[in-house]
Amino acid sequence: MSTTAKNILAVMRTGPYGNQTAKEALDAVLTAAAFELPLSLLFMDDGVFQLLPQQDTQGIGAKDLSATLPVLPMYDVERFYVEQSSLESRGINSAELILPVEVLDSEQVKVLFAESASILSF
Amino acid sequence: MILHTVNKSPHTSNCLQSCLRTLSDQDALLLIEDGVYAADNHYANQTEALGEEITLYVLKADVDARGLQNRLSSRFQVIDDAAFVDLCVQYPKTQSWY
Amino acid sequence: MSVNASDLPVAVDAEGYLKDLDDWTEAVAELIAVQENIDLTEEHWQVIHLLREFYREFGISPAMRILVKQVRIKLGTDKGSSIFLMKLFPGSPAKIASKIAGLPKPTNCL
Repeated sequence: MSTTAKNILAVMRTGPYGNQTAKEALDAVLTAAAFELPLSLLFMDDGVFQLLPQQDTQGIGAKDLSATLPVLPMYDVERFYVEQSSLESRGINSAELILPVEVLDSEQVKVLFAESASILSF
Repeated sequence: MILHTVNKSPHTSNCLQSCLRTLSDQDALLLIEDGVYAADNHYANQTEALGEEITLYVLKADVDARGLQNRLSSRFQVIDDAAFVDLCVQYPKTQSWY
Repeated sequence: MSVNASDLPVAVDAEGYLKDLDDWTEAVAELIAVQENIDLTEEHWQVIHLLREFYREFGISPAMRILVKQVRIKLGTDKGSSIFLMKLFPGSPAKIASKIAGLPKPTNCL
């Protein structure tokens, strides 16, 4: 785990389509990244569901967020973290996710929070 | 005969637990929106333990949107929106857990 | 020649972006470009097609910085600059090119 000074941490804790939060979070992250702010993303709780493959949103008329998330490296957002216990309690293997993630245990998440200059909570 | 619908994730809400406590034989449970995460085969222990006389459904559009197509417990029947409407007609009462 | 929003054969929002992305054709692009006082050349079309490809893959229109980067990767370093894109699409290239390409306004343009 490496964090730079002034790093902004966006904490994604909601599933992708139950409400608008995940979409608004992604819009905020893209906006900040367009201004070259240094960002990293932490997915925990139901936020890890945003990273499942095979999302097909045609039937619910929502935008497929899993198509847009992989654009983030082009915006120079390249540090993606997921909390281990959130994955375990949902039976998700980090290798199957749509972004290359670093799995952190709760102690490492504490360090991540401590080292981030500011936190955006979604 | 009551149709119960649950639209919240079992990981973040007690909707499913309240529903399971009050579900009677001959009732049906339909998971919609974020409720469909409860049909994930990793999570479905509680619903799989329900008696066979309780029918379990999950809404296809919400399953597909969330990428759960290959993660579902076999105890659930996947239904489309038209079948959802049919269930609402078939059951005289609906309890929505939201 | 001048073209007003009401002259377009398709529905657009207050800022001139297509309401239904499926309405886009090259003929529609030509009309939107006229509204923006732009004569579309081969170089414009290269950028327009690149934008549409980007949208198909990621579901968003890229911000200016990302558009420059993509043009540099796909069309070469001589074209991958803000100046080149400003000449093609004067004012606000990411917004105007997205509009002509029949795509939404870049998410991150405030």
